[in-house]
Amino acid sequence: MSATLPVPNRDAKPRSKPDVAIQSSQSFLVRHSALVRLTHWLTALAFFALLVTGGEIILSHPRFYWGETGNVNMQPWLNLHLPSSRDTVPTGYGYVLPDQNGWSRYLHFEAAWLLVATGLLYVIWGLFHGHFRRNVFPARSDLSPANLGSSVLSHLRFERPGGDEAWSYNVLQRVAYLIVIFVLFPLMIWTGLAMSFAFDAAFPATVTLLGGHQTARSLHFLVTILLVLFVMVHVFMIVFAGFRTRMRAMIAGRVVPPKD
Amino acid sequence: MTEITRRKLITSGLAAAAGAAGVAFAAKLAQGHGLIPPDAGVRYGTGEALTYAAQRVLGSNANAREFSLAQISTNPFANEVDPLGDEFKRLQDGGFADWRLTVDGMAAHPTTFSLAQIKSFPSSSQITMIGCEEGWTYIAKWSGVPLWYILDRVGASPQTRYVVYRSFQHDWWESIDMADALHPQTLLATGMNGSDLPVPFGGPLRLRVPRQLGYKNIKYLTQMTLTDNPKPFGKGGTGGFASDFGYAWYAGI
Repeated sequence: MSATLPVPNRDAKPRSKPDVAIQSSQSFLVRHSALVRLTHWLTALAFFALLVTGGEIILSHPRFYWGETGNVNMQPWLNLHLPSSRDTVPTGYGYVLPDQNGWSRYLHFEAAWLLVATGLLYVIWGLFHGHFRRNVFPARSDLSPANLGSSVLSHLRFERPGGDEAWSYNVLQRVAYLIVIFVLFPLMIWTGLAMSFAFDAAFPATVTLLGGHQTARSLHFLVTILLVLFVMVHVFMIVFAGFRTRMRAMIAGRVVPPKD
Repeated sequence: MTEITRRKLITSGLAAAAGAAGVAFAAKLAQGHGLIPPDAGVRYGTGEALTYAAQRVLGSNANAREFSLAQISTNPFANEVDPLGDEFKRLQDGGFADWRLTVDGMAAHPTTFSLAQIKSFPSSSQITMIGCEEGWTYIAKWSGVPLWYILDRVGASPQTRYVVYRSFQHDWWESIDMADALHPQTLLATGMNGSDLPVPFGGPLRLRVPRQLGYKNIKYLTQMTLTDNPKPFGKGGTGGFASDFGYAWYAGI
């Protein structure tokens, strides 16, 4: 059995004092709690389903408009120039893709329910359990221009993270996660609901505050792009920082303590 | 350590059992309140059932958004329609004088109405948006007799839970629940933007259900049947042509 283990201390700043668990003779540090791991992978599953089906739904009308109305008789602000699954859309392609909107719409909304339920569980638990306070909200000192600047620089230099980052998020990570959790996902849900005619009947401000049905659809698409960019950087950083340790931390919850 | 594990195990077990019982109870309750859509059992139908139940609980009486005259689309899109055939041409040439709408099923007085009769009933107008599941929209002024008036006139049975409706294009049929059937904005539309409803937009008669997508707003309406169960209609047992074809029965989202 190895040397000294860090002493668990919930009052201390947990970035440097992670919880410790002991199982048989092996020692490890709990990096991610079971609830974080569960909600992370449920979110990943739901996001993947939403992305695939959302992309499929776009193929039936790969054009975007501002305001309330938009159709093939109107000028889009964005035309994706993709082949379409409808022959009513002028695409410039000589063929029409098979219509897959039926199951895509069913699955899109089912995955949305999973995402919303998972997100609510995560956020409510995170607020009550101190997860955000301890692990996600950046410390005030971390937000000083000097600290932010040095973190940005080290990222720009592609410096590999030090050992301490194996059980804590750095300040840029924290800011990115906060934006994704509290800005982008809520925006996705809002713009998605705004496209529902029955939901808008009950809560008209959902769509009028955004500026119209087609604006909601355009924003839903734009925020998707931001989320896809986040996922790309997220996955890149995991590979870059150490795929095995980061995946073990998010699947089994453990990181092996560094040998001092 | 073991004790905590056991306690955790028992707590989680109890929580899971309570959760399962809760879900079963909620499903039973939902069934009793008519909150389970006819296609709840299809693949991914659970999400559909949740959406339908949630939207019915949150606002089954809410009105679809209405717009100003200035917001009416100058370039609405009619969508494509399969060829309507010689019989339709004959009716059209006769100014649709021979167009009939039959309302039957769970009604005290099943009736066949002529288009002229329908147009003589108290008319209602609304400037609302219609949207396709593909994502496009337009706004128009729709006018016609509210469906509730017709249901009242034929003496709809209080046991009626769904209205099944069929198009002149016989494959096209759908059903809606009473929350939509009795909704003041649900119209048998005969007019659009101040004139007769043009044929490409569903003239002479289209069901306008503004809280649901275009595919529930069936064109060329010829028949309505009041029922307590839409599943026996059609081949797929899901309550509509679109849902038999793989699209959700409820199209409020």
